[in-house]
Amino acid sequence: MVVMTLEGNEAAAWGARLARPDVIAAYPITPSTHIPERLSEWIADGIMDSEMILTESEHSALSACVGASATGARVFTATASQGLALMHEILHIASGMRLPIVMAIGNRALSAPINIWCDHQDMMSQRDTGWMQFFAESNQEALDLILIAYKVAEDRRVLLPAMVGLDAFTLTHTFEQVDVPEQEEVDRYLPKYRPVHAFLDPERPITQGPLGTPQHYMEFKYAQYEAMNRAKGVIVEAMEEFGRAFGREYAPLVPFSPGGEIVLVTMGSMSGTARVFVRGARQEGESVSHVKVVAFRPFYHSKLAELLAGAKVVAVVERAFSYGSVGPLAQDVAYAMHRYGIKAKLANFIVGLGGRDVTLRDFSEVLETSKRILKGEEDPGVFWLNVAKEEVLKAEEVIWNA
Amino acid sequence: MVKKVTVGAVVPWPGSTAENKTGSWRTLKPVIHYEKCIRCAICWMYCPEPAILKVDPDKYPAPEGKPAIAKLPAVEIDYDYCKGCGICAEECPVNAIEMVEEVK
Repeated sequence: MVVMTLEGNEAAAWGARLARPDVIAAYPITPSTHIPERLSEWIADGIMDSEMILTESEHSALSACVGASATGARVFTATASQGLALMHEILHIASGMRLPIVMAIGNRALSAPINIWCDHQDMMSQRDTGWMQFFAESNQEALDLILIAYKVAEDRRVLLPAMVGLDAFTLTHTFEQVDVPEQEEVDRYLPKYRPVHAFLDPERPITQGPLGTPQHYMEFKYAQYEAMNRAKGVIVEAMEEFGRAFGREYAPLVPFSPGGEIVLVTMGSMSGTARVFVRGARQEGESVSHVKVVAFRPFYHSKLAELLAGAKVVAVVERAFSYGSVGPLAQDVAYAMHRYGIKAKLANFIVGLGGRDVTLRDFSEVLETSKRILKGEEDPGVFWLNVAKEEVLKAEEVIWNA
Repeated sequence: MVKKVTVGAVVPWPGSTAENKTGSWRTLKPVIHYEKCIRCAICWMYCPEPAILKVDPDKYPAPEGKPAIAKLPAVEIDYDYCKGCGICAEECPVNAIEMVEEVK
């Protein structure tokens, strides 16, 4: 193990480098450009033995990844925001063909208006593509989760692609101390990928990506459903094995200061802010806890319900929204609560879209609103925080009255 | 119903596409009038399937009084896979292929 001072992108690049991918196909996009940039430097310098395919778009980058993975290669790519959106149709193809591709995402807002800063809308908009989705809180987690993602993705019980999100700029361009594992340690944790269902062998010709008629299609989708369910167990195994090998503990859901009447639920880099807030609030006598969601797909509904037992208000604080409904994280939390009989009230707080800072003041507002909900003084629902609502209404009224 | 299901819809049975007899899609059927066919094989070149086969010269009659043509391979239509697109009839320089309604 070597301690290095790395920005989040470099940490993710180190994760990819240590996984020894056979093929990397990528197209640069802010804020994840540094990931393929660093990898291509290492390849050019002869440090990495990978084939780098530079494509003309993200759609092509992931298409090249699909082709390479279908030959039985270990494959890596990275993108963000519009790039991930452009990959959309190929995301379904990768998961449908059960190809264990791993991709790093610099979580960034989507246009319009064009914005290069952080929120989770890019990955949330790809929620239903059949990829596993993990969110890193720190640069260390970005590196480690890439290794864990490969371990799970390539497991024969799973064979599904995975994306690891690291928040734009807050992580991608911010330097932190990162423990970089030794190559030999990683090789032991993550041996060479040995494909069993999809690979190129002239002695054993196969067809991949065929037509699936109504007679057959639904079975393949059911297989993905079952594989994702099995992934829940495999992720826990892979995280536990990671802890034994590298001494850093991971879990799909991470509780902090449990037992509070109000439970905050967050993902990504704001989770650190949430813990700092909860620690302070506890000292002031507030009954508040926190749960960090690391694995969003698959979602651990029953485990979350266990962590929410005894809660009176569940406050889901998230950096994405499903327009016309509620936030995507809140939707899963609501299902977990309903399915496993958690009687608490659910409030959804929308924060930090397009890179607006998520601060302790936001969490104070979350707590104060949650306390009013607890006392029955306010209806739970969707709350957009730190946004100039009056200005928005004024602008709309100009149009209405035109 | 017994189904062939594999992980990722991989088909490990080479040549299985041939099991799909695409000729069943046809509404119009090409019929070769061998007394007109000069065996130029333009239909064979244009057929996108390909469902036009080159066969033994003696299998079909050649136009009368054309001994050189009779030595060329004859063409025939593989009705198992011909989808009835009509490109062969369109391209035939001597109008030897007629599209007729498929009757089953």
